[in-house]
Amino acid sequence: MDLSAKTIEFLQQLINGISLGSVYALVALGYTMVYGIIKLINFAHGDVFMLGAVFGYFAITMFGLSFYPALIVSMVICAALGVVMERIAYKPLRNSHRVASLMTAVGLSLFFQNFTVYRIGAQPKAFPRSAPVNWNVFGVNISSRQVLILATAVVLMIALHFIVQKTKMGKAMRAVSFDRDAAMLMGINVNNTISFTFAIGSALAGAAGVLVGQYYGVVNPLMGTLYGLKAFVAAVLGGIGILPGAMLGGLFLGLAETGVSAIGYSTFRDAVAFAILIIILIFKPAGILGKNTREKV
Amino acid sequence: MNKKKLIFITGAVAVGVVVQLLISSGVINPYFAQILTLMSMYAILATSLNLINGITGQFSLGHAGFMALGGYFSAILTTKLALPLPNFLMFPLSLLFGGLVAAAAGFLVGLPTLRLRGDYLAIATLGLGEIIRVMFVNWKYVGAAAGMKGIPGYTNFLWTYVIAVFSILIIVNFIKSSHGRACISIREDEIAAETMGINTTKYKVMAFVIGAFFAGVAGGIFGHLIRLLHPNSFTFMVSVEILLMVVLGGLGSITGSIAAAVFLTGLTEALRQFSDLRMIIYSLMLIVIMLFRPQGLLGTREFSLDMFSKFTKKAEKAER
Repeated sequence: MDLSAKTIEFLQQLINGISLGSVYALVALGYTMVYGIIKLINFAHGDVFMLGAVFGYFAITMFGLSFYPALIVSMVICAALGVVMERIAYKPLRNSHRVASLMTAVGLSLFFQNFTVYRIGAQPKAFPRSAPVNWNVFGVNISSRQVLILATAVVLMIALHFIVQKTKMGKAMRAVSFDRDAAMLMGINVNNTISFTFAIGSALAGAAGVLVGQYYGVVNPLMGTLYGLKAFVAAVLGGIGILPGAMLGGLFLGLAETGVSAIGYSTFRDAVAFAILIIILIFKPAGILGKNTREKV
Repeated sequence: MNKKKLIFITGAVAVGVVVQLLISSGVINPYFAQILTLMSMYAILATSLNLINGITGQFSLGHAGFMALGGYFSAILTTKLALPLPNFLMFPLSLLFGGLVAAAAGFLVGLPTLRLRGDYLAIATLGLGEIIRVMFVNWKYVGAAAGMKGIPGYTNFLWTYVIAVFSILIIVNFIKSSHGRACISIREDEIAAETMGINTTKYKVMAFVIGAFFAGVAGGIFGHLIRLLHPNSFTFMVSVEILLMVVLGGLGSITGSIAAAVFLTGLTEALRQFSDLRMIIYSLMLIVIMLFRPQGLLGTREFSLDMFSKFTKKAEKAER
């Protein structure tokens, strides 16, 4: 079966977009979970993603691990980091003005960035990776890296869905994000639940970092900011606080960005994400999957 | 004009004259003069953002975008068009132009986005700032990604200081007017304000436009100080830096914003000697300050002469 050149090009970009989008989705999940549970825009989340890539890099280069063990190591370290971060910087401020914890989040983000620059230098590092295998399906190139990124993302999302929907801890998470005080009255340990949410969100960000590292082949201490912002945009697009929304928003954003690059406006790539965001916010402020809540006086 | 205002204006003029004399006589070297200029510029930025974030309670994260608009458009006037005007007319004119462009942009985007509340507004303004930045990256006329070069260095301490004093006076007068009271009522309770017959959209947009205007003016000052405008000088982190000054000084406290602008600008410069560790120390200090003083250094209070009257036992009636 032969497809026309245009169709092939389209399918090619579709696959590239989905790969990029699944990374956004993984990072967006962490944003959306944290926002859902304590209403905090965790600006440091993008830098946890970056640190995930850095940990993955060291796990592979210094300890000679292969890809999957490195991924798991990075996820575990990031999860621990997420918990520590929450305990030190966010928990003491839980009852004060929301801008205060936003500012500590910015402080943490700056700290992670600059500490990494201080330790490993600002130059991008080459992420060690194996040679890709390319499959040609009806003229469309699918690289093993893309399959890896997509498959890992899907597995992690299924795992997340299982944790949130089927386990006791997941039930507690949903309860706390629904009504923290009521959950506390029902005997749920709110502090542990929030820490657990941070752990899971950060682990997903760490995994996304390693995946991006092996996909693009570079790790850079400053890469967290832009990815973080865009992933947050993805979370808002889908409807913040809603897990499937984050996945949908991530994919949507990935596709939109590759689409814009493909038609030759790659310098506008970064603006597109935000333009879409503003348009969606104006017409559907709660996001694509979000429900408008009526305000009660 | 009441007594307090008179004291304030005399004080401001005295400080300006003394510092300018010290600079002219060479006691303060050009490096410190530049830091003082930056402090005045950041004071404009912080107070103007405080009007939006602290007084009106609308969470904006796009201040760097307005600053960029003002910077680029005022530089276009002085660099590209080169009107046959003397410098002392040209510079304020260009700043005014930059400010007006920023204000117009603030009006255009404020109208639809200010319907959003809380964090959604924050994200929309953040996105807006990035869009403006990307626009300049792609605009060949102003040097695209390479930046705009050859801007005349009109900015000096005196100009910046005078403009800062005027901006702050205007903003303070606005806050104390009935418009400003309306803005404060929106911050305290938007729904209650609306039921009291306050046109919330109008006042939100008004505060947003005024804030954008002064951000634009500050952007113009910045461009003519650094003499090079680069899109990367106006990233999201710059908005955050300005927001930091507002939060650190205390949301809603104008004197707090000014103090925090001076303090943080000074801190950034003072930490330069640690080169590599500079930003690490800065970020750790930020976290520690926020943890111990989440309401900001001054909270919503203002630093005023009344604070001293307690000590001097002058039973002046606080009129505020």
